Amino acid sequence: MAETTAQPELRTGQTLTRPRGALILVGVAIVLMLLQYAGLLPAALFRVPEAVVPNFAGWLDAIFNFVKDDLGLLKLTRFLTEILQAFLDTTANLLFGKRRWPSIGPIPWTAIAAVAGVIGYYLGGWTMALLAAGTFVWTALIGQWKIAMETMSVLVVAAPSAFLIGLGLGILAWRKPWVDAALKPILSVLQTLPFFTYLLPAVIFFKVGPTAGAVATTIYAIPPMILMTTLGLKKVSPEVVEAGNMSGCTRRQLLFHVYLPSARTEILVGVNQVIMLCLAMVVLTAFIGMPGLGAKLLAMMGSFKLGRSFEIGITIVLLAVMLDRMSKAWVVKQPEHFEKGTPWWKRHLTLCLAAGAFVFFVLVAQIIPEAGQLGRTQNFSMGKELDNLIKGFLDIGAVKATTGFLRAFVNVQILIPFRNFLLSIPTPALILLVAAFALWLGGRKQAIYATLFFSLVALSGWWDRSVITLYSVLSAVAIAMLLGLPIGIVAARTEKWSKRILLVCDTAQTFPSFVYLIPAIMLFGITDIAVIFSILIFAMVPLIRYTIEGLRTVPEEMTEAADMAGATRMQKLWKVQLPLALPTMAVGFNQAIMFAFFMVIIAAFIGTQDLGQELQRTLAGTDLGKNFVLGICVALMALTFDLTILKWANDQKKLLGLD
Amino acid sequence: MTTKPVISCRNVWKIFGAHPERYLAQMAEGKSFDQIREDGYIAGVKDVSLDVSKGEMLVIMGLSGSGKSTLVRCFSRLHEITGGSIEVDGQDIMSLTEKELIELRRNKMGMVFQSFGLLPHRTVLENVAFPLEMRGQDKHERRARALEVVKLVGLEGREDYFPRELSGGQQQRVGIARSLAIEPDIWFLDEPFSALDPLIRREMQDEFLRLQALLGKTIVFITHDFDEALRLADRIAIMKDGAVEQCDTPDQIVLRPATEYVRKFTEDIDKARVVHARVLATAETIGEGDPVDAKATVQDLARLLVQDTRDVIPVAKDGTVIGGMNRTEALEILLENG
Repeated sequence: MAETTAQPELRTGQTLTRPRGALILVGVAIVLMLLQYAGLLPAALFRVPEAVVPNFAGWLDAIFNFVKDDLGLLKLTRFLTEILQAFLDTTANLLFGKRRWPSIGPIPWTAIAAVAGVIGYYLGGWTMALLAAGTFVWTALIGQWKIAMETMSVLVVAAPSAFLIGLGLGILAWRKPWVDAALKPILSVLQTLPFFTYLLPAVIFFKVGPTAGAVATTIYAIPPMILMTTLGLKKVSPEVVEAGNMSGCTRRQLLFHVYLPSARTEILVGVNQVIMLCLAMVVLTAFIGMPGLGAKLLAMMGSFKLGRSFEIGITIVLLAVMLDRMSKAWVVKQPEHFEKGTPWWKRHLTLCLAAGAFVFFVLVAQIIPEAGQLGRTQNFSMGKELDNLIKGFLDIGAVKATTGFLRAFVNVQILIPFRNFLLSIPTPALILLVAAFALWLGGRKQAIYATLFFSLVALSGWWDRSVITLYSVLSAVAIAMLLGLPIGIVAARTEKWSKRILLVCDTAQTFPSFVYLIPAIMLFGITDIAVIFSILIFAMVPLIRYTIEGLRTVPEEMTEAADMAGATRMQKLWKVQLPLALPTMAVGFNQAIMFAFFMVIIAAFIGTQDLGQELQRTLAGTDLGKNFVLGICVALMALTFDLTILKWANDQKKLLGLD
Repeated sequence: MTTKPVISCRNVWKIFGAHPERYLAQMAEGKSFDQIREDGYIAGVKDVSLDVSKGEMLVIMGLSGSGKSTLVRCFSRLHEITGGSIEVDGQDIMSLTEKELIELRRNKMGMVFQSFGLLPHRTVLENVAFPLEMRGQDKHERRARALEVVKLVGLEGREDYFPRELSGGQQQRVGIARSLAIEPDIWFLDEPFSALDPLIRREMQDEFLRLQALLGKTIVFITHDFDEALRLADRIAIMKDGAVEQCDTPDQIVLRPATEYVRKFTEDIDKARVVHARVLATAETIGEGDPVDAKATVQDLARLLVQDTRDVIPVAKDGTVIGGMNRTEALEILLENG
């Protein structure tokens, strides 16, 4: 009550309204820009002079070294590495026959595929069984079994670790408010920190290769598990808890017998997110020399072998879709009772079938070696043929003309001028512009944060690269909006198309970001526009999704009221649906920007001049301080948008009485 | 009902807000609910003193937000009270340690919830056996006991079902069975039938009366439905804004409402169906002729009241005349339908 009444006061009570304040900031920024163009602005106001830039990297390095050597963190992490190594060796032995304990692997691919099929059947019937078994059969037949299993061997260690740590921290945060208060800011920074920043510390503390890969993957996947756990525990119905209390539960019993089982749905959603993030990250750990699907894809794309890249892309996508569908099916799977007198084997049918299939195929593999392992040449890879096909397609006159035109026109006429314009703005002017944006949408607090964050970026000494990063993000999101919003609006018109497009978006969202590079490189080669293109398709997914969701969730009485008021379709859209859907769409817009910041760093692989490029370079060395400065620059810019847009969306929702 | 009360509460306060204890300590006497709210606090329970005797069924009534659920949660210390004292079997429950409180709940109390509060991942049998499992009873024993209670509430054959596979009425039977599994002395029921549709509700009330006749527990029953209260109660406590407006037998509440609020509340009630002959009987004049039964309501006696010509009709309890009922007074009640 108090909040809603305070709202209008806040808006009218101030003499300096937010739009007017924003306008003043923009005005000052324009004056600065004009001065610069007239050549009157002192150089110190155009860019922060080198001499003033504090040595953040050096300081960070000193801190790291202190923690690493003097506090003995390195000893601890090296010890953890040993343990982790033991686990990874075991899974590696089982999955692809690395010569380590327990030396019984590799498990025949047919056995794994069969067990996956049985689990798929249990979770989601025949289609799921087909998807699960089919994915593994495809992987084996296309000749990627070993690299896929290298990836999986890390995944099966990282995902459970992330689950357990996330669950534990989630419970702690839910129990102890101070843990919650401490974790929240860390989590929001972690979620905007570019993934490259996870990689280098992992390498330094946990050696190169699978262990570092597993650590980076685990850490990357923990935040959503924490969030889902606390969310689930908070949502447990008070009556269920009271029932537990009245049954005489001790605190421990209450947690394990009442809270955790009742929060099952949210916890399993967390599991789904953990698995998906692990997969996305484990592919990216290729950048720190982790062998597997990612490394192979990186190598193939690097040598422009598009056919093979495409095949690996399909494997990754299939794995992603399979893991996503299976874990989601597990979320909605509800226990069902058996009639009295059901025999044991029937109650545990899945277990029996899986064990049976496993044993059967292991035995078959003893007789027919192909059922155990496929040899080097025994695969159906069509890499070369596909290569030619793709090259042939790109050589078709019309296609070539289109991509050529896009490359030339968009790049030369729009993108490069925009980039040069951004670079020509004096640092303080750009900071003011961002602050104005934050003030207008968010409010005074957001504006202060924006100023603070961007000033820090300016002081980091990486301003130009940051601006180029920002340019890639903004232009890609702008184009994504031009394409995505109309698609969303049109799709939202009918139930059928909404569902179809949402399904496409849901599926696309499960793809590890890395695969988005494949079509970009295919179409545009290694150019700036390929970077924009890969970001663009990645960022379009949340835009379309939230547009459809926003429009579809407009209360029916309101559209009916508009109909009865005699609104045309256009009027209804502009006057009723869009204003009401805007807060939700803003959430999508925000996510698009976050995705873009994420993707722009990965796209550095293609060869950009932004922060991502520098970040990637640090991976080769031990330049931890610089790595962090760069990572934090990206995070600060992303956080500015995140804070501002989400604030606006929430304000707007409150104002409209939604939620 | 003169035995020592099972639950006895004195000047119980439950205040919600930032610093409830401090606030209550410095609060001026006689502040109203609204005044307290202006100070930023909500009086969930406001200076309540009540006794519940052994074997009695006390029904707590009130509109939603009147504090009835809060009060019953104070009895079981699901809520910590802000002021006053609550004794259960002569023991101050606020002084119990966590362990002792758990023991008390494991052995003496059972509670039924409005939206059942069943654990979704457990079967009917596992839900019912839950309190037994918590207190560490061995598997066979608790299975046997759970089966017994499941049978008692008429859910035989559904033992292996999961809650979501049951109808609302069946789910509440599970809730009831669970609360009875430990054979509690005190039974709390928080609007147990409110979430059920009217036909099922009626059926469950009958079922409940059957169980109570069988078991004879001390019961605190919460409802916002006056008809339900009248059907079940030995005594009714009517609550408003956290305070008990009146706590008395149904007859007294409709005949002599203590406050304006209670009068309004009972206005629409068909008093003839509530008031018993025994309440109208006075010892002054006994009257002559055949006595009527003390347990009969005015409604039951309608025909007789209209046709009889006596001024005073004797009232008999178990064969002995306990007093006389003024016929005009009874007729008044019969005719003044709200």
